[in-house]
Amino acid sequence: MKPLAEPTRPLHFFQQAMPHWIEPHPTGIYVRPADAWIDPSTPRERALVTHGHADHARGGHGHVWATRETLAIMALRYSTASGTPVPYGEEVRMGGVTIGFVPAGHVLGSAQIVLSHAGERVVVTGDYKRRPDPTCKPFEPVPCDIFVTEATFGLPVFRHPDTGSEVDRLLAALHAHPDRCVLVGAYALGKAQRLIMELRGRGHHDPIHIHGALERMCDLYRQFGIELGDLRPATDVPAREMRGRIIVSPPSALNDRWSRRLPDPITAMASGWMRVRQRARQRNVELPLVISDHADWDELTDTIREVAPSETWITHGREEALLHWCMTRQMRARALALVGREDEDEG
Amino acid sequence: MRAFSQLLDGLVYTRSRNGKLDLIAHYMRTAPDPDRGWALAALTGNLDLNAVKASTIGAMARARTDPVLFEMSRDYVGDLAETVALLWPRAEGQAEEVDDATLTLSAIVDRLHAVSRASAPAVLAGMMDHLDASGRFALLKLATGGLRVGISARLAKTGFAQAFDLDVDEVEECWHALAPPYTDLFRWAEGKADRPDPAGTPFFRPFMLAHPLEAESVDLDHYAAEWKWDGIRVQIVGTGRETRLYSRAGDDITATFPDIAQAFRHHAVLDGELLVKGEFQGGEAASFNALQQRLGRKAVTARMMSDYPAFVRLYDILLDGENDLRALPWAQRRAALETTVPALDPDRFDISALIEAPDFETLAGIRAGARDASIEGVMLKRRDSPYVAGRKAALWYKWKRDPLTADCVMMYAQRGHGKRSSFYSDYTFGCWTQDGELLPVGKAYSGFSDEELKWLDRFVRTNTVNRFGPVREVEKSLVLEVAFDSIHDSKRHKSGLAMRFPRIARIRRDKPANEADTVAGLRRLVS
Repeated sequence: MKPLAEPTRPLHFFQQAMPHWIEPHPTGIYVRPADAWIDPSTPRERALVTHGHADHARGGHGHVWATRETLAIMALRYSTASGTPVPYGEEVRMGGVTIGFVPAGHVLGSAQIVLSHAGERVVVTGDYKRRPDPTCKPFEPVPCDIFVTEATFGLPVFRHPDTGSEVDRLLAALHAHPDRCVLVGAYALGKAQRLIMELRGRGHHDPIHIHGALERMCDLYRQFGIELGDLRPATDVPAREMRGRIIVSPPSALNDRWSRRLPDPITAMASGWMRVRQRARQRNVELPLVISDHADWDELTDTIREVAPSETWITHGREEALLHWCMTRQMRARALALVGREDEDEG
Repeated sequence: MRAFSQLLDGLVYTRSRNGKLDLIAHYMRTAPDPDRGWALAALTGNLDLNAVKASTIGAMARARTDPVLFEMSRDYVGDLAETVALLWPRAEGQAEEVDDATLTLSAIVDRLHAVSRASAPAVLAGMMDHLDASGRFALLKLATGGLRVGISARLAKTGFAQAFDLDVDEVEECWHALAPPYTDLFRWAEGKADRPDPAGTPFFRPFMLAHPLEAESVDLDHYAAEWKWDGIRVQIVGTGRETRLYSRAGDDITATFPDIAQAFRHHAVLDGELLVKGEFQGGEAASFNALQQRLGRKAVTARMMSDYPAFVRLYDILLDGENDLRALPWAQRRAALETTVPALDPDRFDISALIEAPDFETLAGIRAGARDASIEGVMLKRRDSPYVAGRKAALWYKWKRDPLTADCVMMYAQRGHGKRSSFYSDYTFGCWTQDGELLPVGKAYSGFSDEELKWLDRFVRTNTVNRFGPVREVEKSLVLEVAFDSIHDSKRHKSGLAMRFPRIARIRRDKPANEADTVAGLRRLVS
């Protein structure tokens, strides 16, 4: 797969007069009057964090403002100590900037950060999706002047199918092979728990075995009231017992030594990338499930239309295509090219 | 269409042969007529449609989408049909992407049969609107004339046979009496009609195969000896009106070798080795490398045919006219073959000579003395054996030459597929140049035991120095003794060498890497 070419159109066409109170930098977005950084990739004194994935949340910040759930995830993953929880719908004031956290629908605790200052409103979405997710609150569109969006699946080939039908395919494969198991690769934070909940929602209440790397995160989800049902370890269990069962592991364990203990697994993976055949083949996936925690092309473009910003900033992903889409509709847009975003396994 | 597009998806993602057979069998049992017949035709490469050009597909997509976004998408996805299938916009007012079940596979085939170059874009676009992404992909693959789901015609027929508890060879025997959508075949398979009569059509008969010789010797009073030629096994089926060529897998390869088919006007079924003329193999045939230039081509140019002229070295006769000779002893069939061959075009056909030896030891000496690397070894055929399908014990033996070996150094490793997907089981190995550089000379993924595989896997994991996607580069410290049947010049590799059938013979933990063989040393073994 070829990487997209560098944008050839000069960016100054889209750039507005500087200085502005919000500044995009390769390592994050700086909110000058509040002296705070949004999702900084290097340690900062004051950080506003949209959600707990490693390409947005890092350890080592002086003080973090985030939702209670995101702070709990950061404490678990990066031992972040000091933080102020900001519940959805509430606001804090910092150096003349009003800062609110609004559900982004991406994973547990994920938020869009809404900043108001000098009569202008900026929404930084972090990562988001528009489809229902039983493990988190749905995305709420906030009309704004500057809309900062991701573009992980920013190409029209990415159109996620209905989640229910994908889960049904997983269950059909399971029932068709009672002597085997289905091993599903799913990102450890968010995708794994959502998949389990989607299965429960389709009436699948059998025990689900999970890789050791998922245990603590599943426990944390339970503390926040997400009932994941009967979860069991996949180690120290006789292979016989796992026949006809679903096993969930991080994608990296799919083809690794760990999976040798399983009874003739059918290898599945839950990710938006699975829409492209070659991607699935490269990972030796037999049952690709297009289940994504990111907005697909239609969701990205529908959301931009809905919040109707006077300017769109695109943080990461296939930004060139979304930039083109905005341009052809006479919408101002610019690509920020933030570094260190987009984890291949998280999609 | 949904059942068919899901079958294709399943075949793309399923690695194991049995898994693929199960998918095909399930579809053949459950899909309605005539859909399943058209599917069988598509899977066996017998669906003849007016192929729509790739440029037509591209133009159709550009008319429906933003051309810039289309090009960006194509850059990202790679495959044209897949790109168009994925980004095809939903029809007006359609909330989810669905196959609305208004189009059956047979309806699609009917429309593609009737389509002209001018009407193709509109006809295709009209069908695309009723399908989901998988269905659109299947449609575009059908329309452009190549499913490319990695299965042979034989595998598709085997899946069909499995669906109805039939013997695949019986299916094969009547196959060429039939035409898509194979209604009579399905009626027979379901016990509703007699088996279709293949008389008068040039159909494939299953090959007789050989076991490797394991015994110390055989009695030459009972066995005849021939050279084992290094070409491809081919069956020539002529009815007098028509001639077809079949490969070992039962695939029709007539179009790849029209020079052979046109030269054969007899009413007979013959078995032999397809070769390209050259200086090897007794002074008449070229090495397998030359033959490879002609393999796998759907159409062949006059230039290819004159640069690499093909001929067949015959060694058996199955039918002489309507006369089935398969039940006769080999000796009688051989006599019939010897009377048939002189009547054939000597430019295209000759007979595989017998090796005359009074006893087995003499034969062993002759075999050892055959320096020509394009001879694979010796065939031993029981003089009283009938011609039977498959591998029957003690009738035919292949007695391959002892392999060549070289000590090589492991350089890279890659994970295997299926059951081996968690193991680094594919190894690239190299030999030394005069400047002390290692150059890759081959790649092998067999020859070791399960225990050895575990050891090799552990070696790769603990000695990785670099990763390139799925490939690991390892510390150049492990010597592998590699066995191979022959070695040839090759422009594809930097070392200029390519091995045939390389496999790992032994792991030489005792040998230091700097004592492994040199590229120059290997070059001396080139045939």
